[in-house]
Amino acid sequence: MELEIIVEQFQKKDADAFQKLYNMYSENICGVINTIVKNNSVAEEICQDVFMKAWNNAESYNASKGRFFTWILNIARNAAIDEIRSKSHKNSKKNLSADYFVGILESMTDSEEGKEDIIGLKKLLVNLKDKCIEIIELLYFKGLTQKEVSKELDIPLGTVKTRNRSCISQIRTNMAI
Amino acid sequence: MDTKEYIASGILELYVAGTLSDLENLEVYLNAEKYPEIKKEIEDIEASVLSLTKSVSPGTKGFSDIQNRMAKAGIVKTEPIRNKVSWTAYLGWAASLVFLGGLIWLYQQNDQLKLDIEVVSRENDAMELQIADSKNSLAKTEDLLNTIRDKNITVVALGGQTVSPTSYAKAYWNKGEKKVYIDAQGLPDPPNGFVYQVWSLKLNPLTPTSMGLLEDFVDDDNKVFALANPNESEAFGITLEPAGGSESPNLEQLYALGVATS
Repeated sequence: MELEIIVEQFQKKDADAFQKLYNMYSENICGVINTIVKNNSVAEEICQDVFMKAWNNAESYNASKGRFFTWILNIARNAAIDEIRSKSHKNSKKNLSADYFVGILESMTDSEEGKEDIIGLKKLLVNLKDKCIEIIELLYFKGLTQKEVSKELDIPLGTVKTRNRSCISQIRTNMAI
Repeated sequence: MDTKEYIASGILELYVAGTLSDLENLEVYLNAEKYPEIKKEIEDIEASVLSLTKSVSPGTKGFSDIQNRMAKAGIVKTEPIRNKVSWTAYLGWAASLVFLGGLIWLYQQNDQLKLDIEVVSRENDAMELQIADSKNSLAKTEDLLNTIRDKNITVVALGGQTVSPTSYAKAYWNKGEKKVYIDAQGLPDPPNGFVYQVWSLKLNPLTPTSMGLLEDFVDDDNKVFALANPNESEAFGITLEPAGGSESPNLEQLYALGVATS
């Protein structure tokens, strides 16, 4: 309920509501962008652009079209994909990390090993199968449709739905531990 | 509906991912409004995606950076600071202009008053006519009020949508009489060649059935329209359609939407 009120105020250009939403979602949005552009500072910059874009187009959001987080997630994925298609990104080719979001675990330095977020990620991934990581990457981080995922992973359309549900359920179990 | 089965289907996870079609999104939204357990499930799924995405975050530049950007974007709008020296001189001139204006105004007022007396006596006549009209209209309004106060009426509030967020409407649904009164005062006048069409929506799968058009919208004084509704509606929607109405609703032009909770 509270969220709906904040979003409503945000749409009326209330800067306090904007700040609340930023605090709620900015780390998530930066995280998703970073898994696509794979560059911390570039990700942080695009992330700010995304929130400015959301602010400037606030009136175009509507609850009947989806969750507020989903709306801003969509803006973020599009912005990140635009970036990796741009020239400056292709020139900087520093793509050392793995393809999936869990690549963060492999690409980090020793000093980062103990970071709270990394511990959090490890905890969430307990007992999570590789095929879960694939499907979650494609659906949530890359924003592929059910059809595209079915093609990409070569599994039936219905399996996308059910497999994804059991994968998300595992993460929910891990959260509760 | 079997909400457990619906939840188990995995559609809500795709809803949070944002990969459903407009129609499917609308259906999930309406179901979530209707069944609290579906809404709760969506929130829980979202929470897990939030914790996952947060755990891979590089951090953020913070809201102060956003505030700077907003301030920069705002610079264009703020007015330049005026020269301070000249305002007293302007004030003198302004005062004398106001005085002169006042004299002219008084002179005109005098003429106007003479005219007004004549007008008022004519208005009196018109007023008497209006009172007669009002009595008539009051009777109609009371009729309407009695209709919507009926104990068998279900009231459904329809909120504005993307094309027109400030729009709203209300549906007064008499299930016994299979009639719906749409109060459409909160909708803007439709553009020429277009008409509002009211839809009864069934969920799972989302099936719209036309209930009819809000004809002669602009000329209708009270903007209350009576429509027949033999359907087992779960929600009502109002779309803008080309004159004559459409076979199926144009969701891009969805003006108002509301779930009927019984």
